[in-house]
Amino acid sequence: MRLSYPANVKIVKVPCTGRVDVIHVMKAFENGADGVCLVGCLEGDCHFLVGNLRARKRVEYAKQLLDECGIGGDRVVMYNLSSAEGQKFAQIAREMTEKIRELGPNPVKSAKS
Amino acid sequence: MSTASNLERVLKSGNFAVTSECGPPRGADPEAVKKKGGFLSGYVDAVNVTDNQTSVVRMSSFSASLILKTMGFDPVMQMVCRDRNRIAIQSDILGAAAWGINNILCLSGDHQKFGDHPTAKNVFDIDSIQLIQCVRKMVDEGRFLSGEEIKGRPSLFIGCAENPFADPFEIRAMRLAKKAKAGAQFVQTQCVFNVEKFGKWMEMVRDLGVHEKVYILAGITPMKSVGMAKYMKNSVPGMDVPDDLIKRMQDAPKEKQAEEGIRICLETIEKVRSIKGVSGIHIMAIEWEQMVPEIVKSAGLYPRPQP
Amino acid sequence: MIVADRKPFEEIIEMLKPYSRILLLGCNECVTVCAAGGAKEVAVLASEIRLFRAKEGKPVEIKEVTLERNCDPEYVETLKPFIDDFDVVLSMACGCGIQFVGERYRNMIVLPAVNTTFYGVTEQHGVWAERCQGCGNCVLDKTLGICPVTRCAKSLFNGPCGGSQGGVCEVNKDTPCAWQLIVDRYKEMGMLDRYLEIQPVKDWSTSRDGGPRKRIREDLKI
Repeated sequence: MRLSYPANVKIVKVPCTGRVDVIHVMKAFENGADGVCLVGCLEGDCHFLVGNLRARKRVEYAKQLLDECGIGGDRVVMYNLSSAEGQKFAQIAREMTEKIRELGPNPVKSAKS
Repeated sequence: MSTASNLERVLKSGNFAVTSECGPPRGADPEAVKKKGGFLSGYVDAVNVTDNQTSVVRMSSFSASLILKTMGFDPVMQMVCRDRNRIAIQSDILGAAAWGINNILCLSGDHQKFGDHPTAKNVFDIDSIQLIQCVRKMVDEGRFLSGEEIKGRPSLFIGCAENPFADPFEIRAMRLAKKAKAGAQFVQTQCVFNVEKFGKWMEMVRDLGVHEKVYILAGITPMKSVGMAKYMKNSVPGMDVPDDLIKRMQDAPKEKQAEEGIRICLETIEKVRSIKGVSGIHIMAIEWEQMVPEIVKSAGLYPRPQP
Repeated sequence: MIVADRKPFEEIIEMLKPYSRILLLGCNECVTVCAAGGAKEVAVLASEIRLFRAKEGKPVEIKEVTLERNCDPEYVETLKPFIDDFDVVLSMACGCGIQFVGERYRNMIVLPAVNTTFYGVTEQHGVWAERCQGCGNCVLDKTLGICPVTRCAKSLFNGPCGGSQGGVCEVNKDTPCAWQLIVDRYKEMGMLDRYLEIQPVKDWSTSRDGGPRKRIREDLKI
């Protein structure tokens, strides 16, 4: 399809969003990410039954932690889409980039500089 | 063995007993107690004095009992296990008996969560049934819970409460049997609105023969308004207000609701009086003590038997 | 297991204010099982603290260590080679572990990162509930396996009180009435007549009321 999406989005592949733990999200911010977007299969379509549902709960928990420590829970978002929705993926990547631009850079980075 | 209790005298003489209650004020003013007491004078055989009811701090049950005693009442000092350990309980019992308090009502006590100090530590060293046993032992054997001898044994008519409307229903009569076995001589029940269920409970009580061991006083509460009826139904744990009573209150015009409440109250008294094994009523006119004389008179329970 | 609950982040961050080198200690036992202070929770809390302090411009150095147990000297001893490299210990172990580490390393302040709450069970994944208060005088034989001390909000030995409705405790609608459970159990076992037995006044001297407790087995002492 050769769809383009913003170059600032770095993709980390996991076998299932169920593999993503809260600590992975936290580490992303510690390493300078400005936002984290989880993209899982459609709800009800998980190959491992409930991986994406678990991921959503973990995202909610990570949001809480990020709010507590002042990074901001808004910087983590989860989407569900099927592997056939390349267009939608590109659109999400654009939306996410815009949203994070509005929020500004990871506050940890600005504190360092 | 008889005590100097007027309530005991009335019950033993076979009269239908009438008790009511007086919640002490949230302050140190004795006039507040006297005012409430004033409404009841001559219309009741004994007055219960609540012990920090609903876990809200109030003047102590013993002090308010004493004030009422000086007014000529026969107070029933309520005592809960929530705020005192066995040391304080026995000490307060001795103190009350020394001042001529003749009746004690043994209760577990509402959980402090519902009161004005929800962060308090609760005690519950002993429970209500063990408290009955404790008072029994002090009165009958002249011994403390520890077994040591009391010098100057207290004399008290011992009561308890029971809620026929709480769950599990099937053990509610058995629970009263336990209280009778522990040594309770009278029981005042939770407010009766659902007379049918109360009747069923009484049947179970009679099957166990408990009505021959304790005097049963049915709890009676007049409803002031439909709002109060709904509040009791929905927000007070262990309260059973049937829908048809709510409807009756609702159907009455606002200015006639209090009147309807009194009518329902009188009908309830009439019905519970006809139930075998009921020896009296306990009127809990919550912040409506001034209605007690009218209720007692209209129910044909006035004048009260004099010693 | 001993169940704990992580303290609010603001409270932890306030305690850590004066310090910049932190030894964050977890425990592989109970607090791991109840997901309050195992290696995973240590990693997440460390990350949260680092992020907060980096944002504040007061970065911290955190070493994450999770001991096999914090309540046994042999494991506590393993901290010796490096504990002095830190300003403070922040422990996610239970109250026992927190104290025991402090007892061994007298020059160190050991701060609690969790509130130790109760002895409980895993009712389901992610749900823990209290079952025992360690009163030192078990009555589960009399109540057929349901503890009135722990599971009744008033610890009634001759319950239920008048607030039991629909099987639920008046104090919390998510808490079953212990005495409803006991009565149900008596019925299940055909022993409802046992309900009529009055449970006597309890001896609380074996409980916390008697002062701190100690158990000694002479045959095991070295």
